[in-house]
Formats: sequence, C-alpha cells, structure tokens
Amino acid sequence: MPTTNELTAAQRDDLRTVAAMIVPASDEYKVPGADDPAIQADMLATLGRDTALVAQALDYLARLAGKPLAELDAAKRDAVATEFRATGGAAAATLVRVVLQCYYRDDRVLRSLGLELRAPFPKGYTLEQGDWSLLDPVKARPATLRRAP
Amino acid sequence: MKHDPVDVLIIGAGASGAAVAWSLADTKMHILCLDQGGWMNPAEYPSTGRDWEAKFYGDWATSPNIRGRPEDYPVNDDNSPIKVVNFNGVGGSTVMYTAHWPRLHPSDFKVKTLDGVADDWPIDYDALTPFFEENDRMMGVSGLSGDPLSPLTHPPMPPQPLGLSGPLIGKAMNKLGWHWWPSDTTVATMDYEGRARCINLGHCTPACAQGAKASTDITYWPHAIRAGVELKTHCRVREILTNEHGMASGVVYYDKDGVEQFQPAEVVIIACNGVGTPRLLLNSVSGKFPNGLANSSGLVGKNLMFHPYAQIYGFVKEPTDSNRAPPTCLWSKEFYDTDLSRGFVRGYGIQFGRGAGPVFEAVASEQKGILPWGADHHRVFRRLNGHRLAVSAICEDLPEEHNRVTLDPVLKDGHGIPAPKIDYMLSENSRKMMDHGLARGREILEAAGATDICINNPIPWGGWHLLGTARMGTDPARSVVNEWGRSHDVKNLFIVDGSVFVTSGGLNPTSTIQAIALYVADQMKQRLANLFD
Repeated sequence: MPTTNELTAAQRDDLRTVAAMIVPASDEYKVPGADDPAIQADMLATLGRDTALVAQALDYLARLAGKPLAELDAAKRDAVATEFRATGGAAAATLVRVVLQCYYRDDRVLRSLGLELRAPFPKGYTLEQGDWSLLDPVKARPATLRRAP
Repeated sequence: MKHDPVDVLIIGAGASGAAVAWSLADTKMHILCLDQGGWMNPAEYPSTGRDWEAKFYGDWATSPNIRGRPEDYPVNDDNSPIKVVNFNGVGGSTVMYTAHWPRLHPSDFKVKTLDGVADDWPIDYDALTPFFEENDRMMGVSGLSGDPLSPLTHPPMPPQPLGLSGPLIGKAMNKLGWHWWPSDTTVATMDYEGRARCINLGHCTPACAQGAKASTDITYWPHAIRAGVELKTHCRVREILTNEHGMASGVVYYDKDGVEQFQPAEVVIIACNGVGTPRLLLNSVSGKFPNGLANSSGLVGKNLMFHPYAQIYGFVKEPTDSNRAPPTCLWSKEFYDTDLSRGFVRGYGIQFGRGAGPVFEAVASEQKGILPWGADHHRVFRRLNGHRLAVSAICEDLPEEHNRVTLDPVLKDGHGIPAPKIDYMLSENSRKMMDHGLARGREILEAAGATDICINNPIPWGGWHLLGTARMGTDPARSVVNEWGRSHDVKNLFIVDGSVFVTSGGLNPTSTIQAIALYVADQMKQRLANLFD
C-alpha cells in the first residue's frame, strides 16, 4: 500500500508511460522526454500535496487501460489517453500539470528553449524601454474624463 | 485571558488596516492591530527558487482553499462562478496582487445620478483626492501623469518600461484608434524610500522578493510601528463583543498558541475586506445583535461585488516579455463609461498582460487544447512560449443583494470559527459587458496579429476584489456604515476596507480602498472630542 506521499510501483510505471506520451523525447530539439529518469525523480520527490490527486488520476488511467499502460499497443494507448484527458477531471489535470511543471524546469529543456538556468531572484532581467513615441496619438486626444455632478 | 484596554483596536494588517494604523498613530493613542497571519520572509518568496512557477499551484496559490496555510481560513465558494482569492498575513492581499493601481473615477461615485442604477456614494471623488495623493506617496507609485481618460495623478516614479509587449499592444490600439496608457502601478521603478527598484523578477502576484512591489508590510507598517502602533501576529479574532450600552467592548481572539484571549478596546476598526469583514460581523452575535453586529439594515454580507474578469489572449509572432517583466504595464479606459448603444450600462477597464512563464504556458495551453501531447508538442510549445499577449476586461459589478457572504453551517477554520459561504451569480448586465469586452479584446489581439486565441470568461480564480458587503451610506436602513466609516448601529465600531464600497467601478480597487481608510482615519481625528455622538 502506498503511504500518503508515495505511489505504488504500478502507478509509477504508468506515470512514466503517460509522461512520455505527453512530452516525448526529441532528437530535433535535443530534449529528453518527460519519462526521463531525472525528471521522473523530480516528480516523485516533489509530489507533496498533489500526491492524492495524482494517485487518483493514475488509478483512473489504470481502470481505462485494464493493464499496465506500457503493455497496450500505440493505438489503444492513444485512445485511453484521449478518454483520460476528456473525462479525468481535476485529477487528470493535476497529473498533467505535475508532469509539465517538472519537465519545464529541467536544465536540458530550459537550455533548449534558450532560457537561463536560474531562479529569477536575485539577478532579475533587463527590460527595454520600448518606443514611447507610440503614445503620441493618445497624448493628442482631448481629455474626456466623464464629469460627476 | 483579559488584557489592559487599548484606545484603538484594528483587526487586519492588510491594505486598509495598515493605512488606518499609520494615519491614527499621530494621535498618540494606544493602537493595537491583530492579524491572523505573520510577517512574511521575502527570502522564501517563489522567485528565489527554480520551482517558482510550481509554487503558484500550491503553497503560493491565490486561492486560500488551495493554499491552505494555517493563517488562511476556508471559503465555501462552490456556489459562485468566481472563486475568492486573497492572502492572509501582515500586508494582507497586497503581498499577493498585481500592483495595478488605477483609482475610481469621479463618475464612479455618482452612478445613480448619472446612469440611474445602483446608488450614489455618500462621498465624492474630491473628498478622497488628498488621500489618494498621500497614499500614492506612501505606497510608492510609478506611472505617467496626463492620461486623458483617467483622473489626474502625480506618480512619484516614472512608468515601467514598455518592454517588448507594450509596443505590440500600443501599435494595435493605435491601429484601432483606442485609448491606452501606461498603468500606474505600485512597482518601484527607482529606489524609493528604502525599497529597491524593480529588476523584473517576473510575475509580481505571488510576492516580490526584491521588495520593489509595494505591500503594506514594507510600506506603511514600518512607519506605523516606529510611530508606536503595536502589531500582534497570529491572532485570529473570533468575534467582537458589546456592552450593555450597545458599544463594542473589545474582541475575543485566539493567540499564536490557540489560547482564547479577550482584548478590551475603546474603538474597534475592522479591516478584513469584503469577505472577512462580514464574516466577523455575522459571527458577532449577541442578545442585542441577534443577526450579527452592525446589521440592523440586514445588509451585512449582501451586495458582494467581485469584478468579473473577461480575459482573452493569443500568441504573436514577435517575442513578448514572458515572465521577465511585471505582468501588467498598460491599461485602457476606452470602454469605461456608459454607452447604452453597447447593450449594457456602466463599463470596464482593460488591463493588458505581458506574457507568461514556461510552466504556466505549458499548463494553460494544454488545458485549452492548443498544446498537444506527443511528437508535435515541442514545435507548438516553441511557437506559444514567450509569445503571449493578454487582454482582460475588468467589468463593473453592480450591487445585487442576492450576491452575498453568509456563514457556512458546516465549514469552519482551524480555530473552529464558522467559515464564509459565497452565493454569487453573474448578472445579465455583466454578461453583456463581458461579451463586449471579449469582442473588443479579440479585435485588439487580431490587430496585433495574434492567433490561437483563447478565453477565460470569467477568470474562475479571479475573485481578487471583494467589495460592497458593508456598504456606506447616510440611511441606516440602506447601509451599514455612515459616510465616514462608522457603524450606524455601534458608535465605536468602524469599517475601512473594500466592504464599504457602494459601487465597484471597473478597475482594481486597492488604491481607493486605502484612500478611504486614510479618509476615515482623518474624519476620526477631526472628531475625536465627539467621536461617539
């Protein structure tokens, strides 16, 4: 039985499989899939308050699949995924969000996107002023603030 | 345990509680503020970690029901399409807001006279003008004076840069011939009174680790405490007690150890905003006040106004500011005033959004069905990420008594205090206004060349603005407090937060809430000799 903060081995297997269906590896973009061991480890380590809903989503996925997701052929797996996303409600949305929030903070993925591998603070970012002359037509408008009696 | 009495007891250390505390401090009265939360630690704010976006879905969610910190109280908002969002702690929801800083227009105080709906306020814009100015100085406002469609303001700091997103929006608005202007914001664009300037950490909403965004824990409170105001944290007020004369005698609260305490006071000021304030009044039942305190009108909790947000967004070819800038920088008042040819009365302000971070983009776009699973995920994500522009119509919500805050018969907070229950529905007028806002937003996005357009109508977790549930007025039968914030029923009880709003306007209310708090404090100071007459 899983503790409140853990998934069963079967659930972890299905999580890995569905994660790869959401975000597969890509040679073109030189990024791992969301089933990458490091990304999976991040998911499991940070599930926290999402554990119950993710477990619920994986149980629902298992019921739809009838067997480990990885053992289904591609067509059947896609059909299960479509049904899961359409009818899985908040639990399915949470599972997908957990996959994506861990995937899009992985160093390799951020590097591929051209993003810096750091927290926003303390360095921050530089923001250009932009073209303030665009405001000239608005400044030329007459003041038409509605008056109160 | 009973404590020595204080002259003034303020409940809530957020936007209005901090302002009223600071203003009253020069009376040298013994002023005590109780807040259910604690001091925040900027070193723990989301932008200090690589998981900054993930925190927005959990420990730093805007919804207290999702966030679930011990300082939060649950809200039953199942019967509302708009969910309550807030923050509880020193600074209140100014810790967790976008820092967008418009103020109500003069016409917003005369809605009945001008448009024949709702009610006029018992005060006008001119009464608040000096307090808007004082508040802008205290909070530290950046912006550009001279907006032809807004009240004249004098921001002490220059506006935020337009960045990448601003010019895209500006060009689109110019193409359509519609008004736009750099927003007044409480984001410091230069070093300001101990606050460091903005370094563009990204989305400002879940607190600013730099301290560039004004929250009252770093603006008003240091001044108020230096002036002698006492602030006790982790003290949750259960109820206000009254004496045999029908005057407030003090409050019962639970201290940080959960121990029940009684704090006597000569004057009680409530600053818990549009949900917390009616909750407290309705929980303060006694033989003399069987329907809740200050509720002879029956209006405590009624007329809840949220501002329905109709949001539309899309994706342009050009890069936008994404998460590398404060989220809001521009507003439009093009559709702010009544034009009955549009099919609805009153209007809305527009708040433009610069973009989103990668996690938020991935999650939101997957939910909307525009970011696929599978091999094409990467190509599509690279087209969306860093290319978002958003348009949000902040629709004026007219007061309706059936939109209300009551006490939930079952749900309670961690101290066993009954939680608030929200019953709210969108009016036909609001729906028409929202549809109009979405249609205009679509035109703006198309003028900017955006595709893959999505809508949130309303933004479900968009109940930031909690207004109207203890409205002010001169008629005790039709209002809860008088024109200077004093309860009609209990003459030493004052309310200074968003619950006193008579109407909502169509823009973010915090500037006006704080101006009202300063105005009420000023009225109290002028009447100290006969405050209870």
